[in-house]
Amino acid sequence: MKLKGKAHKYGANVNTDVILPARYLNVSDPQELAKHCMEDIDGEFLGRMRPGDIIVATANFGSGSSREHAPTAIKATGISCVIASSFARIFFRNAINIGLPLLECAQAAEVTDMGDELEVELARGEITNLTKGLKFQAKPYPEFMLELIEKGGLIEYTKQRLATGRS
Amino acid sequence: MTLAEKILAAHSGKDKVSPGELINVRVDLVLSNDITAPISIREFERLGVDRVFDPHKIVLVPDHFTPNKDIPSAIQAKMTREFARAQGTLYYEVGRVGIGHVLLPEQGLVLPGDVVVGADSHTVTYGALGAFATGMGSTDIAVAMATGEVWMRVPPTIKFVYHGKPREWVGGKDLILHTIGDIGVDGATYMAMEFHGEAIAGLPLSGRFTMANMAVEAGAKAGLFRVDDKTLEYVTPRAGRPFTSYESDPDAQYERVVEYDISNLEPQVAFPHLPSNVKPVSQARDIKIDQAVIGSCTNGWLEDLQVAAQILAGRQVHPEVRCIIIPGSQQVYLEALKEGLVESFIQAGAVVSAPTCGPCLGGHMGVLAPGERAIATTNRNFVGRMGHPQSEVYLAGPAVAAASAVLGRIASPEEVLS
Repeated sequence: MKLKGKAHKYGANVNTDVILPARYLNVSDPQELAKHCMEDIDGEFLGRMRPGDIIVATANFGSGSSREHAPTAIKATGISCVIASSFARIFFRNAINIGLPLLECAQAAEVTDMGDELEVELARGEITNLTKGLKFQAKPYPEFMLELIEKGGLIEYTKQRLATGRS
Repeated sequence: MTLAEKILAAHSGKDKVSPGELINVRVDLVLSNDITAPISIREFERLGVDRVFDPHKIVLVPDHFTPNKDIPSAIQAKMTREFARAQGTLYYEVGRVGIGHVLLPEQGLVLPGDVVVGADSHTVTYGALGAFATGMGSTDIAVAMATGEVWMRVPPTIKFVYHGKPREWVGGKDLILHTIGDIGVDGATYMAMEFHGEAIAGLPLSGRFTMANMAVEAGAKAGLFRVDDKTLEYVTPRAGRPFTSYESDPDAQYERVVEYDISNLEPQVAFPHLPSNVKPVSQARDIKIDQAVIGSCTNGWLEDLQVAAQILAGRQVHPEVRCIIIPGSQQVYLEALKEGLVESFIQAGAVVSAPTCGPCLGGHMGVLAPGERAIATTNRNFVGRMGHPQSEVYLAGPAVAAASAVLGRIASPEEVLS
């Protein structure tokens, strides 16, 4: 799958509290959550972003709280994927489980600026910064995670496992 | 094998596991709360499974926005309660509930050698008992509730050794803040932290819970302590089932070993907006505060309230400070009442709240306005964590928080007591 969009660039340690502040955790509907996505780090994000756009950040994206509301909100805004130098572990699991693609690539994360036009070939992990004319290779997923992604997330994967009698 | 590897091997039917290995792990307890359970329940229903794998191994703890702070929160709490009733899972209602991470060990629901997963990042707290406990998202927890299993990558372990005896007023919070200040907020990402040393052996269980609790603030998957006499003294009267105490092998392979001499360590303060932005309290002078919060899953234990009372008893909270004290559980509250701590707090001009996560995540019971500053014994000081994005949170242990409440600025206990 080919994704194309503008980059919304952030620095290190973007935590789940600023992605989706706890004051909005009294609901869990994805569209409601999306109305507050990135509110405490970038008040202009929702006005600026278009469906298909890409969030880019440096180290430790998604640190802090385990709230799945954070990747859910990002996905519900229409963001097509997140590229970061590294991801916090619970956020990484959550995003894969709910079907928000993540790409780990420090070089791409560091050189990309706000507003750069990006193209991502998900299956191959290829990132192209069209504005700068640069190509990058993201870290490959472990085989097990690829299977999980291909099945459409953890729930679909588990349903199939349960149906085939593997516990 | 390390402590983490031994527990994971025993729960995946293997003789040996190694870091990086992907395994299916059998879990002993699955936790969810009033803000994460609604999503877990929705995903559980999507699985098409009728019943949870074992209702006695699932606990739903409405601790975040309870007693219900508004109508949407009440609806989420209701969903959680109704699912618990329908499935017959363990459940604690307001009046019996505490902050989950204080409540579960107190109730004997977590024991040494267990694997615990929770839809709450501070599930790592139970590592204090020699359990492997880790936070996950709601969907992972939905699958765990249905199958009793989760997939995990075996984490490498970093060993931390704390030499020396801590000075007066230095506790678990100061040791872990110092550690996070040293290794950074992603210093242990994807790894297990194992805590050792003379200072750890001397630490009460409450201080170990505090340290394990904040392992996630260094990015860790788990923070573990070896089981010793103090652990057994805590666990044995509470345990309603057999348990196994695992211990790291002498030849266990560690990612690295980090050693600290903490003999001269001062109480520590984490400045906004990262738990790693740590300075000794002597370098945190003349910082005026509007609020002091003493409580949370990090420092809501009886011992924490005892420390706070040593400073607040017979003194007055500064007239421009709101001091909010939140016992971690009803049991802690009752003990604090019996010991006269609650009376000391009220006479000092502090408010004592029902157990709740409340202000720690800017939920209720002490949310900050723009430009306001709090010192808190909680675990995160991110932008907007306790309220408005233009407010600030400084993290410290109960001694510094109580001293600051008295003086109206960040202060060491010695400044109040001298």
